[in-house]
Amino acid sequence: MLANVDSAAFAVFLALFILVTGMGFVASRWRKPETLAHLDEWGLGGRKFGTWITWFLVGGDFYTAYTVIAVPALVYAVGAYGFFALPYTIIVYPFVFAVMPVLWKVAKERGYVTAGDVVRGAYGSRGLELAVAATGVLATMPYIALQLIGMEVAIKALGLHGEIPLVLAFLVLALYTYSSGLRAPALIAFVKDIMIYIVVIAAIAIVPSKLGGYGAIFTAADAAFAAKGSGGILLSPAQIVPYASLALGSALAAFMYPHTLTGIFASSGGNTIRKNAMLLPAYTLLLGLLALLGYMGHAAGLKLASNNDVVPELFKSLFPSWFAGFAFAAIAIGALVPAAVMSIGAANLFTRNFWKVWVDPKVTPAGEAKVAKITSMLVKVGALLAILLMPTQFALDLQLLGGLWILQTLPALVFGLYLNWFSSTALLAGWAVGLAGGSWLAWSDGLKPLHTIDFGMGPVALYTGLLALALNIVVAVVVNLVLKRAPQERLSREAA
Amino acid sequence: MIRLLLLLPFIGLMIVPFYNIREPHLFGFPFFYWYQLAWVPLTSLLTYIVYRRLRRAG
Repeated sequence: MLANVDSAAFAVFLALFILVTGMGFVASRWRKPETLAHLDEWGLGGRKFGTWITWFLVGGDFYTAYTVIAVPALVYAVGAYGFFALPYTIIVYPFVFAVMPVLWKVAKERGYVTAGDVVRGAYGSRGLELAVAATGVLATMPYIALQLIGMEVAIKALGLHGEIPLVLAFLVLALYTYSSGLRAPALIAFVKDIMIYIVVIAAIAIVPSKLGGYGAIFTAADAAFAAKGSGGILLSPAQIVPYASLALGSALAAFMYPHTLTGIFASSGGNTIRKNAMLLPAYTLLLGLLALLGYMGHAAGLKLASNNDVVPELFKSLFPSWFAGFAFAAIAIGALVPAAVMSIGAANLFTRNFWKVWVDPKVTPAGEAKVAKITSMLVKVGALLAILLMPTQFALDLQLLGGLWILQTLPALVFGLYLNWFSSTALLAGWAVGLAGGSWLAWSDGLKPLHTIDFGMGPVALYTGLLALALNIVVAVVVNLVLKRAPQERLSREAA
Repeated sequence: MIRLLLLLPFIGLMIVPFYNIREPHLFGFPFFYWYQLAWVPLTSLLTYIVYRRLRRAG
């Protein structure tokens, strides 16, 4: 197992991994509350995270290890089209600035921990609450699996083969998340993000000087795409609408996910969130430059077995081995933070909106924390088994559907913050049609994110999730209008 | 009204045909790339202006 391992790289990697593991366990004593046996403490870190901790935590779980691997891989493969992550992670912040402080306030005042809680509070509907909660859990599972893929790529690049290293890393993660809750990823996020910043700054400063500057990198990528006959450093006319719609749809979906919402709910106030909406774009700048590593792969003339290897191979070929080890550790640790927050977000949903509602309504706060801890463990084991036993493509396809699904919770979660017009029945109908219709479209297109429609001006490909959201909203409006027209019937149903 | 500034990044980035071009280059970056990267600090700045105004308004 250790035959192909570079000892300097491995030593650096192992030392950092051990440091982070220690921090994960110590985190239970960091900003220590009277008890961790309460969901507010275990699952939201006490809702007291200020601007800096929130910045590291949300940055750490929004820009994941998989991003570091997959965005440059996509750019390497298709060129300009892979950059849709850049407009996506810019326009998401004005949205966060406007909407999330309102959501935080409602959650804080009424003690809500999850999106399901918010929806139940706004509409008093157990059906809608369950729909939102189940969507959150389902959308998160494949996202955790993707983090494992990111970690697998980093571990493999180190020369470690087989599944044992991945299983060990995950076991450690599961144990400290169990004991420390959200405090563990919040504390580890500091180390992770500083490491990622060092790696990316080194890459964007040093790699171009070895490859002849940025102009040469773009020229080399341009030539590589021309030789291949597909892709390019500009979008083709057919890619323009997909590019914009993917960016917009992804931005609207991003903060509907349980892990990003957990980061929002755990912050100390609306002002903290607003400041973060101004400061978090620093990561976006990083992401944009990171994406260029895909082009650097062409300029360096890498021959890859898989597109996902572009970042690791670039580090291996252009940096000393100890720094490559540092970079791989940054990526692997970069997988731990989001995986932990995701499993906590999913566990909070299961505990609050399923266990407490349908199984044990009298559960104590300590009981809630216990159920959540066990659930977070099971969620992670499930993701691990999915990666070990099923083809990787399966996780990728599910992740694609997950984005489409989570987007369908937006009307239920956001509309009630501003309007008192929609009924829960209408929103539930919209959710069901958006979810089923969107999944069916994606399925019939062979699990591709784009659906081609013709508005009468020639065929246009659009992000299917956005199309499903439009369908969702139209159905919700129509059902609501029909219900309003039959007030007698509605009153009698509400009384029943 | 000041909140409308938050819509500018959406407009600036959704009009893809406007920036899907090579020239002018900046530091070796084609326009497509540096234009979008420029929206990162610009969006932060716009958000900051809105934030300041809202705080002063209480």
